[in-house]
Amino acid sequence: MKSFQRLLAATAGLALLAIAHPAEAETLRLLTWGDYAPEAVIKKFKAETGIDVEVTISNNEDMISKLRATGGAGFDLAQPSQDRITGPQTEFGIYKPMDLSKIKAELFIPELLEAAKKNTAVDGKVYGVAHLWGTSGMVVDRAKAPDIKTFADLCKPEYKGKVSMRLKRTALLGMAFAAGDDPFAAYSDKAKYQAIIEKAGQKLADCKPNVKAYWTGSDQLLGMIRSGEIVASEAWDSTGFKLNGENASINFVAPSTGALGWIDTFALPAKGKNDEAAYKWINFVMKPEIAAQIVESSGSFSASKGSDALVSEKLRKSFQEAFPASVIANIKWFPAIPAGLEEMEGKILDRVSAK
Amino acid sequence: MSAPASIPVDPRRDGRRLALLLVATPFVLWILLIVVIPHVDLLLISLHEKVAPRVFKTGIRNYVEFFGEPVYVQALVRTVAMSLLATALTLVIAFPVAYYIAKLARGRARTALFMACLLPFWVSELVRVFGWMMILRETGLLSNLLIWAGITAGPVEFLYNDVVVMIGLVYTSLLFMVVPLISALDSLDDSLIEAGYDLGGNAVSILREVVVPHAMPGIVAGSIVVFMLTLGNYLTPTLLGGKSSQWFTAQIYTQFITRFNWEVGSAFGFVLLATSSLIVWIGLRLTGQSLSSTLGR
Repeated sequence: MKSFQRLLAATAGLALLAIAHPAEAETLRLLTWGDYAPEAVIKKFKAETGIDVEVTISNNEDMISKLRATGGAGFDLAQPSQDRITGPQTEFGIYKPMDLSKIKAELFIPELLEAAKKNTAVDGKVYGVAHLWGTSGMVVDRAKAPDIKTFADLCKPEYKGKVSMRLKRTALLGMAFAAGDDPFAAYSDKAKYQAIIEKAGQKLADCKPNVKAYWTGSDQLLGMIRSGEIVASEAWDSTGFKLNGENASINFVAPSTGALGWIDTFALPAKGKNDEAAYKWINFVMKPEIAAQIVESSGSFSASKGSDALVSEKLRKSFQEAFPASVIANIKWFPAIPAGLEEMEGKILDRVSAK
Repeated sequence: MSAPASIPVDPRRDGRRLALLLVATPFVLWILLIVVIPHVDLLLISLHEKVAPRVFKTGIRNYVEFFGEPVYVQALVRTVAMSLLATALTLVIAFPVAYYIAKLARGRARTALFMACLLPFWVSELVRVFGWMMILRETGLLSNLLIWAGITAGPVEFLYNDVVVMIGLVYTSLLFMVVPLISALDSLDDSLIEAGYDLGGNAVSILREVVVPHAMPGIVAGSIVVFMLTLGNYLTPTLLGGKSSQWFTAQIYTQFITRFNWEVGSAFGFVLLATSSLIVWIGLRLTGQSLSSTLGR
């Protein structure tokens, strides 16, 4: 019996230790995209604040699914795109409002901060602040496919089995713009929107023989382009810049109908446990020199004021080639998606995938 | 009358009870926490109809959704048909292998052959599928080999079609058919086969009258396992089939993860569960076996 008691005491002691341990080293559980939190930045943050950062790589849909599963628990900071906040917040209540007084507004480019604030507001409360932005368009090997200028050009018969895209809403919307429609203007009119995306869905289905495989992660896309198996793809600009650094004939090409612009934000999960650390991280990574480091690793642009001056020459050249002033002015920014729209799109995409 | 104070208590009986309780607890907890409760929860979710954001009512609209949209029904039918074909092919390929290992190979050779079946499963399914992709992709080994040998002029894409999905599925399932077949064939006394020849039988009639009937429980057990594994497979059809895989589990994944539509996703899950149970039941009926005579052995 004595030994049993001793065992019990030891177990209890161990359990206490296990509980007590996390309090010593503070952690920030960050739900973000690949390359948004480079190892070097995490190390600097730890040195400055003593907080460990635990990174979980994710994407827009996955973030919403993860947070929906737990009602917004498990993470202290998430990075959804600004258009994907109001819908899920209305439906699932997975975020909590931001305390803007804890964010150093002077670090941000004012227009981007304001745009994200406006687009992530539900019932007058702000749920997201801008971090990185970029666009969706196409990555094209211009030596092999010089005439691809819009999404519709990906479907030209001579590129049969030579293109790729991600079978998600961006491809659908890109196709709608290429057909001369304005799906963003129809966001509030469900009947009209349904008609537009049905037409675009048909175009995607007709285009399917041209698609070698729908990509699901940027590594897969990089593999297909590097090996020369495909000559063009619907893609993020950051992927284009990365490839441009390796092969000058490949770069991001904004569709002539306008690249689709997104802003990824910082948002606080509803049951996050360490908001203080989250605010510290935001203010830390928005410092120009840190922001420039993240721009370098992700290939996306930062909402941090002054960071663009610190970016390497190589990345700047790729960017300037893909984004002359006229292209920037023509960017179509994703407006916040009203709840319910994604279900309509989902059905159309399912039909395309079953074609 | 006072209560009977001294009913003889057998201490050993208490001990046995405790032992039973201890042995059964992990099993009961496992079934309850990991199988029963989540399924009940999913069933309830699948009966939620979305009316407005955060407003639900109970109803069967999610199931109506499945049967109303030909795309989903087609995906299920296609998945079931491909899985049945994969099971049949696996059986045809695995039977001679198992027969050789169980009846003809001896000693070292037997162990070596069995190990050869087992070895690919030492790495995960993902790695095995990527292996196939490296061999079969347009810039892969096979394509380059054909060009080098002068058989084709340009690169050939072998990936992203149904044949490749079938190869992948059979490859992935082979072991799960071979093992129950070996154990079934092992128990067949060689003298029965000799007696068959003595009585004037030939290879075909002995296979049909002696070997297959004896191995039937193994055949059915292997087929059930392979069918279930194939039907519920996600990686192999998605990666090898690419844009045209249309596997039903991929539909469920899409509903849950990319559409965050758990209501429809759960309904799909239950449709899949009902379909697979029905098919296994039909299979048992047709072969005259029962679950206890096959998987229970």
